[in-house]
Amino acid sequence: MANGSKQNANPAQQQYQALAKSKEPKRPLLLNCVRAFVTGGLICVLGQAIMEAMIHWFGYDKMKAGDPTVAILIFLSVILTSLGVYDKIAQWAGAGTAVPVTGFANSVCSAALEHRSEGLVLGVGGNMFKLAGSVIVFGTVAAFIIGIIRAIVGEGGGS
Amino acid sequence: MLKGQQSWLFQNRPVIRAASSVVGPEEGRGPLGADFDVVHDDLTIGQKSWEQAERALMEEAAKLAIQQAGLNESQIRFFVGGDLLDQIISSSFAARTLGIPYMGVFGACSTSMESLALAAQIVDAGGADYALAGTCSHNCTAEKQFRYPTEYGSQKPPTAQYTVTGAGAAVVARDGEGPVITAATIGRVVDMGIKDPFNMGAAMAPAAVDTLMAHFRDLGRSPGYYDLIVTGDLAAVGHDISLELLKKNGVPIEETTYSDCGLMIFDRSRQPVQAGASGCACSAVVAYGHILKRIRSGELNRVLVVATGALLSPLSYQQGESIPCIAHAVSIERGGNE
Repeated sequence: MANGSKQNANPAQQQYQALAKSKEPKRPLLLNCVRAFVTGGLICVLGQAIMEAMIHWFGYDKMKAGDPTVAILIFLSVILTSLGVYDKIAQWAGAGTAVPVTGFANSVCSAALEHRSEGLVLGVGGNMFKLAGSVIVFGTVAAFIIGIIRAIVGEGGGS
Repeated sequence: MLKGQQSWLFQNRPVIRAASSVVGPEEGRGPLGADFDVVHDDLTIGQKSWEQAERALMEEAAKLAIQQAGLNESQIRFFVGGDLLDQIISSSFAARTLGIPYMGVFGACSTSMESLALAAQIVDAGGADYALAGTCSHNCTAEKQFRYPTEYGSQKPPTAQYTVTGAGAAVVARDGEGPVITAATIGRVVDMGIKDPFNMGAAMAPAAVDTLMAHFRDLGRSPGYYDLIVTGDLAAVGHDISLELLKKNGVPIEETTYSDCGLMIFDRSRQPVQAGASGCACSAVVAYGHILKRIRSGELNRVLVVATGALLSPLSYQQGESIPCIAHAVSIERGGNE
């Protein structure tokens, strides 16, 4: 069974896996989508509101207003994570709290908190990107590939 | 004494002189909350790290059991214990504090009954007058080691289980009053190719059924011999599957009350535990806190506890391996003169 995929499972195992599958409660996909849409949407509305406030009251222009907005959202997410609330909201909201920048902040903050007991260097420093690391790596790889495609195909789109 | 292929019949009738159960806040809020000796309302147990908290639970449970037995640490010959953490540090570090000669065992969540069976075997064979069996788990150390950081916002599927925060310990004695350990069946490792670490119940159910059937075969008993048969931590999904498997194999499980510690300790309708409970402490605190009290009070006479364990590591499932599982059964009966 070292690398046993379903193909090379023996008949008894295949039979059992079919039984187990039939007894497995399904994730409520549609409900999860609705919840993710609502919470994800609300986080975006909040972000938009902060951005508008930055433009109208703090004198940022449209291009620069995104920076303080993201910083504030990250700050809020870190506060909620530290208070032990973010993971409870996330169990309800699913992708709604995972996809926005708040989810990224939560993954970094929760890992940093968790490994604080192993010290600042080996614990916090060495572990805070253990979940976010793959997002950064594959985000960079994807951006690199898209960049090459854009260079080959020509400017197009955008400004 | 060996009976059949993989069971022990304890002819000298070792007794559980005393047992203790120490739990965390969520377990205290559950339906069995009143049965536990100590309920902590702080998950950190006043410690600096989750690992220290788990260790503190083990030390507290061990000391409490020894004290309730009317003994002190120096009278306990051996401590048999284990837990879920890498290199079973909770038990080993607790053993350092206790200063009792120690054997560390690992059976994942089946450690509760593995340690009790071994302690009973040592006492029955004349290897000790008193032996201590114990195990512990902590929700946050298990999350940290096997899943994600505790505060990470990931949505758990309905098949996931909630690791119990707690510790249980039992003092097994050569004689005296208390529930008697009459037999034990040591399980073999069963792997039906389930790979989903968020569906441990489905992975462990075949191991529980394998050990149950071995127990009935080796001892010539049927389920009706027992007032209650409980599995360790199959929870809703695994319990359901195990019932189906028992039926398929012609085991008349309807003769007895058949339940699961992972379903008894929490009220799934009002506690955020998905399919139910898991962890070394799950079967330990239900057996030592709830079930032994029922046996002492005379509500139950014969109980079989089948603790189930999933023998995976974070490394093995990330490398795509399936989850090998095991179950150990211990038969506990009411003593003669109670």
